[in-house]
Amino acid sequence: MCENSEIRKLFPAIAENNGIIYFDNAASTQKPEIVLQKVAEYNRSGHANIHRGAYHWSVEATATYEMTRRKTAEFINAESPEQIVFTRGTTESINLIASSYGRSQIKEGDRIVVSLLEHHSNFVPWQQLALEKKAYLDFLNIDPAGNLIESEWDRVITPGVKLVAITMMSNVLGITTPIDKIIEKAHAVGAVVVVDAAQAIQHQKIDVRALDADFLAFSAHKCFGLTGTGVLYGKKELLESMPPYQFGGDMIEYVTKEKTTFAPLPEKFEAGTANIDGVIALSAAIDFIEEIGWGKIREIEQDLTGYAIQKMKMTDHVIIYGNPASMYEKGPVISFNIEGVHPHDVSSILDNVGIAVRSGHHCAQPLMKELAIQSAVRASFSIYNTKAEIDYFAEKLKEVRRWLGYGS
Amino acid sequence: MDLSQIYTEVITEHNRSTHNRRSLPEVTHKEHGHNPSCGDDITLELDIKEDKIIDAAFTGTGCAISQASTSMMIDLIKGLSVTAAKEKTEAFLGMIKGQKTEAELEDVLEDAVILANIKNMPARVKCAVLAWHTLDEVLKKQLGQ
Ligand SMILES: Cc1ncc(COP(=O)(O)O)c(C=O)c1O
Ligand SMILES: [Zn+2]
Repeated sequence: MCENSEIRKLFPAIAENNGIIYFDNAASTQKPEIVLQKVAEYNRSGHANIHRGAYHWSVEATATYEMTRRKTAEFINAESPEQIVFTRGTTESINLIASSYGRSQIKEGDRIVVSLLEHHSNFVPWQQLALEKKAYLDFLNIDPAGNLIESEWDRVITPGVKLVAITMMSNVLGITTPIDKIIEKAHAVGAVVVVDAAQAIQHQKIDVRALDADFLAFSAHKCFGLTGTGVLYGKKELLESMPPYQFGGDMIEYVTKEKTTFAPLPEKFEAGTANIDGVIALSAAIDFIEEIGWGKIREIEQDLTGYAIQKMKMTDHVIIYGNPASMYEKGPVISFNIEGVHPHDVSSILDNVGIAVRSGHHCAQPLMKELAIQSAVRASFSIYNTKAEIDYFAEKLKEVRRWLGYGS
Repeated sequence: MDLSQIYTEVITEHNRSTHNRRSLPEVTHKEHGHNPSCGDDITLELDIKEDKIIDAAFTGTGCAISQASTSMMIDLIKGLSVTAAKEKTEAFLGMIKGQKTEAELEDVLEDAVILANIKNMPARVKCAVLAWHTLDEVLKKQLGQ
């Protein structure tokens, strides 16, 4: 009997698919029954478009949608629901900031700072904005263990920096960043901070007010929700000052032949028919997380991660990337390589025995370059994974090199 | 599917063989091929004179399948006319698409027929065809296509 067998039962894809070990949770998590049920219930009991009809179904749908906005605001401790904009995902949230805030506020010669831990979706939008505006792009470097080099910050985050884009947790190394310190430094020079919470969201309580984050983005599919749904949080005065990102239905107030006035927050940023299914699923996913509790989530994940690292370190020819000063700063994401075997071969070989891990550059090519590797294998855990699965994984890791003709 | 069908001795041998992994003294054609998704990256060097592939070699990095496929391809095309190499290219790509069977192609593709099983591993098809597509770029230009 495994320690979290009760939790496993709550996920049909886990409970009903014995034989598959899903270790790609950093890419996307499985969905609990309750999330699937809520979406089905909504569609069975009558779906309608929101914010438009005066009839019952539409009123109900609108109420659920707006209730989720309030719930999401509470989930990350935002002051008010209109600071929560529903998007397609982290990527769209960040592009919205870059397009709307970035294009209107960043000027030639300004400086933008990003870290080398970033996922492409919190890197490329800023690089492209800098190119467009003839602004400078500066970097927060990492040491060989994957930790941000704090001693450099006073040199990089200086007056003239207008925006800092930083992840809360690396999707490759699982390392969490000292986000509060970075925000403090950035604010001291008058820069706004865009926080990528795509990885952090499923592992820890996020409090945007305590962090004093200016913008924060995450995706529902990485915290037990559906794909195609994301959240953008922003400080009210920033969101209010920003021009719309897309134009169309839902985001307008009055339209004449000559001009248009725009709806207030948050509709101003929600053009077109919303992803109602996804938002309803997010509501259920938040309930689910709060039901399990952050303490329990953290405990299971830390336990699995520590156990996996210990097992992997005992396996010959395994190289693990990302070693924070303390395990407390490591989320359940482990990137590694097996000497002499390309990561792509490793993942095919593990797939052959029912273990799903990711291989490649993990949408973080600048980070891979820093680590002096082209690609890596990544195993990432969630609350439904078990030590027994890790034992099996560790056994199979030992066999990988034999497939390629090595003696051991 | 049995993975051992693919990771057989031949692949292993080719992957570790160094005879085709080098730079040529005389290069008339150089072509770069890349699979962004898994990072397979090869540079193919050819010495083509009077319509004949005098010599061929490659440099690069990537998974066992991409590297083995490249090496096996080079063994097959060395000494051939451009037209004959083009025929092999079509045979190989046809095999991966499942249009021709291994048995039909055994004589044409020799060892490389073991890669026919890649069609059962959709995530790895790109690895197997990278070298052949890279070669095809050169051959098409050479044949004025
Ligand atoms: C750290 C980080 N940022 C951003 C993203 C992009 O998220 P999405 O693809 O859901 O927009 C991911 C997803 O892999 C991520 O891990
Ligand atoms: Zn490959």
